[in-house]
Amino acid sequence: MLKIENLQASVADKPILKGLSLTVNPGEIHAIMGPNGAGKSTTGYVLGGRPGYEVTGGSVDFLGQDLLGLEPHERAAAGLFLGFQYPVEIPGVSFVQFLREAANAQRKSRGEEPLSGGEFLKLAKEKAALLKMDMDMLKRPVNVGFSGGEKKRAEMVQMGVLDPRLAILDETDSGLDIDALRICGEGINAIMRQPDKAVLLITHYQRLLDYVKPDFVHVLSAGRIVKSGGPELALRLEDEGYEAVVHEAAA
Amino acid sequence: MSEALTLPTRRNEDFRYADLNALETLWPIAAEPIAVAEGEEGSLQVMLEGDAPVARHLVITLAKGAVFDLRVLSAGPVYGRIAIDVRLGEGADFTLGAAQLATGSENLEIVTKVVHTALNASSRQIVRSVLAGHAVGTYLGCIGVERGADGTDAEQSVRAMLLDRTATANAKPELEIYADDVKAAHGCAVGELDGEGLFYLMSRGLPPMAAKRLMLQAFLAEAFAGAPAAQALESAAQARLEAILS
Repeated sequence: MLKIENLQASVADKPILKGLSLTVNPGEIHAIMGPNGAGKSTTGYVLGGRPGYEVTGGSVDFLGQDLLGLEPHERAAAGLFLGFQYPVEIPGVSFVQFLREAANAQRKSRGEEPLSGGEFLKLAKEKAALLKMDMDMLKRPVNVGFSGGEKKRAEMVQMGVLDPRLAILDETDSGLDIDALRICGEGINAIMRQPDKAVLLITHYQRLLDYVKPDFVHVLSAGRIVKSGGPELALRLEDEGYEAVVHEAAA
Repeated sequence: MSEALTLPTRRNEDFRYADLNALETLWPIAAEPIAVAEGEEGSLQVMLEGDAPVARHLVITLAKGAVFDLRVLSAGPVYGRIAIDVRLGEGADFTLGAAQLATGSENLEIVTKVVHTALNASSRQIVRSVLAGHAVGTYLGCIGVERGADGTDAEQSVRAMLLDRTATANAKPELEIYADDVKAAHGCAVGELDGEGLFYLMSRGLPPMAAKRLMLQAFLAEAFAGAPAAQALESAAQARLEAILS
């Protein structure tokens, strides 16, 4: 589904990713863990196509397409969803209006019929209920006045409505209290744990992985994946810290 | 303001950014008087549309306790000017919500003089400009508070969004206050669309044009909020935004 080969990227001329390779198959959940500054968020932004993140080498194939050649909205229409670590507040733009336009723009580019107002609201209600989110919140401007936990749950509602093939979730667990962490974790499982879908979780901590069990765990350090393993690797990182594991990989 | 019959020059502050060639074809501009009687309410929507040059001059007098709601949408003319003089009596209330949308080499301007002449009157001016290409958008707005007009509550909120670095926004909010107990708030900002917000919207599948339109609609919304004909103004503004962005 996703094949990243020797990806190199710079931000403001500073190399951040220095040869990242990773393959994600349908039905798999991968976790990328690593210390601050390893390039975790950069990985998400480069795959999402954020301006200012310059790819200097390597390739990314997503469902048979050259992902790096697509504009951000085309990546979304191709089935990519990027969950933001810090969802952006957009004053004045209503959440439901934005989400319906986004969903229909994606459908249009895939040659599908647009969702009617009623169909969309039904879908949004269903996903909001899954994330235990009040529909009234989604009538407000995008993320404005939402708490940290509400923003992350709203991200998951968007993911549910947009129904992507691959979700890249950048620190979805940051800023969440224990209950919200469980709700988001269960939401990810309900929406994305399907044989034809995949998830790339970017996280510092093991705690989200208690709810969303990864099939593979990778350690990112200095712009490269230095170690890969099963779920047990995340537990070892939690016990021993990144430094010990990164050093062992370098030795 | 007494309107001279001779064509103004750039030395005249009120015409400093005007397209004088276009103005010549429109001169003299007939003043359109509007009077709202004591305790009465009124409203007016002015749309400057089509591409021909146009200049209007409204002279509004609000008697004691009168309320007037004026909305302006300038969207289309190569040169569009609207001058608004308002005199507020005791306890009168005036609202101006205006949007000017321009591209190419269009030149749009709003020139206001809002004078509080007596006790406890309130006025609000909300002006939003979206400027692309080599367009020029101007707001010259003076709030006057005469001697004895205590309890005045006057507000100016002026914001311009430049879609291209080649566009120009002029804004000159002015206060002339001769009373003591006065609340006069004014804010003025010129900026560009927030890149982070745009990326967020596009990452959900909105094409760049739709993402920009959505953010600009939100930017303009305040100018039309609460207007009796908000819907008509909003859809006219949306049509113009789409033309500007395409």
